[in-house]
Amino acid sequence: MSSLLFATPKELTGWLAKLASGYRVLAPRQEGPSVVYRPQTAEQLASADIDALLRRATASPKQAMLPQCETLVTFKSVKDAEDPSKLTTTLENPCQAEPTVLFGCRPCDARGFVVLDRPYLEGKFKDPYYGARREATVIVTQACPSAFASCFCNWVGSHPSDKEGSDILFTAVEGGFVLEVVTDKGQALVEGAGFADAADKVADVEAAHAAAAASLAPAPELTHVMEKVASRFTDTEFWEKETVKCLSCGACTYLCPTCQCFTITDEGSQLDGRRLRSWDSCMTPLFTLETSGHNPRPSKADRMRNRVSHKFSFYPERYDGFFSCVGCGRCVVSCPVSLDIRHMVKAAVEGSSLTFDDAAPAESPAVEAVPAPEAPAVAEPAPEAVAEPEQAAAPKAQKPAPKAAPRASSKSKAKKR
Amino acid sequence: MSEHNCGCSKNPYLPEVATVLEVITESPTIKSFRVRFDNEEAWNSFTYQPGQVGQLSVFGVGESTFVINTPPSCKDYIQFSVMRAGEVTSAIHKLQPGDKVGVRAPLGNYFPYEQWKGKNIVFVGGGIGMAPIRTIMLHVMEHAPEYGKLSLLYGARSPEDMAYKADLPGWLESDVLHTTLTIDREAPNWPHRVGMIPNVLKELAPSPDNTIAVLCGPPIMIKFTLAAFRELGFKDENIITTLERRMKCGIGICGRCNLGGKYVCLDGPVFSQAQLNELPPEM
Repeated sequence: MSSLLFATPKELTGWLAKLASGYRVLAPRQEGPSVVYRPQTAEQLASADIDALLRRATASPKQAMLPQCETLVTFKSVKDAEDPSKLTTTLENPCQAEPTVLFGCRPCDARGFVVLDRPYLEGKFKDPYYGARREATVIVTQACPSAFASCFCNWVGSHPSDKEGSDILFTAVEGGFVLEVVTDKGQALVEGAGFADAADKVADVEAAHAAAAASLAPAPELTHVMEKVASRFTDTEFWEKETVKCLSCGACTYLCPTCQCFTITDEGSQLDGRRLRSWDSCMTPLFTLETSGHNPRPSKADRMRNRVSHKFSFYPERYDGFFSCVGCGRCVVSCPVSLDIRHMVKAAVEGSSLTFDDAAPAESPAVEAVPAPEAPAVAEPAPEAVAEPEQAAAPKAQKPAPKAAPRASSKSKAKKR
Repeated sequence: MSEHNCGCSKNPYLPEVATVLEVITESPTIKSFRVRFDNEEAWNSFTYQPGQVGQLSVFGVGESTFVINTPPSCKDYIQFSVMRAGEVTSAIHKLQPGDKVGVRAPLGNYFPYEQWKGKNIVFVGGGIGMAPIRTIMLHVMEHAPEYGKLSLLYGARSPEDMAYKADLPGWLESDVLHTTLTIDREAPNWPHRVGMIPNVLKELAPSPDNTIAVLCGPPIMIKFTLAAFRELGFKDENIITTLERRMKCGIGICGRCNLGGKYVCLDGPVFSQAQLNELPPEM
């Protein structure tokens, strides 16, 4: 590990409060039953309870780069003095980004931005709105102290202290936090913060990371998941069974850190109006409904098949085997009918089909909504959720190189190393 | 707000403001719109390939995707043919010459005409599906000596549903194009064929030897015409079509026009049947 710094809770909140004078600081805050990322003032941050800032947010932080609704273009038209039926139209592009610190992301959340970068920034066309915010944002991530029952980052080539996508990764240790500077952007942020050197705390950090990795249920055998999910495409019965309960509400997509879909709509008139981009959801029937009335995905089974296939087959096929799922488990936690993408992926791979009676109930959303410090994983009903002792003994074996071999995160491979 | 490097100058969401030069009523439900960018510099540097699409918008109503159906040699305007069906297309149908629209183009891929040199080409257009056929057919006709025999089979429900009436006499009399027109049911004073496109195609029975089939039209027509071409011995890699999907961004990001891992707006709309065979069957 390079550049390690130590901060007490008071020093950490003091640092954030100072940053708030030059940056928009987004940090988790309790609002009603949910924890959400909100801009916080220097005063709020200076007096913040550190535990409140460390809670995992109910919704992903993707709105930091992709607001739920934003203006793409504004238009104004002026009538011709000679012929009022003729208009002169001018367009304005409000593309701007504020310097931002995104504090308290989890590694899965930070990795979500890496997933979004590919379609938004690395294709033939670049999205300037997303790009500007991405450029202007420094991501300060908290290594997970322990896993929730819904967590499955180890299924998709990640782990609770993954640095990918983060500019700074901090880990809770006795008496405070150890900050690991990952990028130059992160370095600039800690410049002059006055944090002490933490080279002597390497062992504490490694122990914390190992404990977090051990708290995760082992990942199932997912070799060839891409091909296996793809080969399920024509198995209509499978997808119908898996989606019997689905309400097509789209909660899974709105909370997901990697769901990229949006719609574009106009508001106002040609004289004075704007073109908006808003989050959209592939789980709703209108998403693909064509003007003619034809719909390539008319049933909820078609739509769930697309969603799961996109994350585990279409996206990895397009982008070097990298999954478009970071295993944060928000879709599992917040699904009103307890659908679980893990069950679908596992069933697709293992060749079995689950009826909805077989699907174990997910933890209640209320578990994560109460304003208490993060609890360790509650008992997972599925038998594989019980952490095996050998994992705790060799936590490093659980960290595959995410880009090179995202599918190498299987239990068997981890054990062999 | 600070300075940033977002590449706003190449903002793919920012349309060019264009003026409607001419509106042509093609059929009771189809109108063609000839438009040109207001910004001369943008217009002069604008190029596209046959088969590429554009997002045409009425400000305050919204955008929709249409193929540019002029050949790229046309430097005075680009033409979109629009069937009135929903909110945006209804607003487009109300446009008059002089009105302002937004255009984001060119988007998507194009017909691989470079690979067709020296080959015969059979164009088949059904209804509004004639629009993409028009751009590639006119382009190929301009370079006719480089290709083999060219033929067109164009079908519509009735004589009045047939678009491009101004083009038809020229196509029927052309030395480089053999044109067959057909309508679904008998109509008074109709001198051409009567019958569904797949049936007429089987009667015409073009040889598959050294021949490319290019077909566009509604899904049901594509389905049966594809079967007819296969019956005639055409190989799937020589059958080319264009796909329709609901689109928003047009640049492969908004996520709705995917067919498996391919985005119709970015990787399409032009696909060979052989390529489609490799994709999930979700039409």
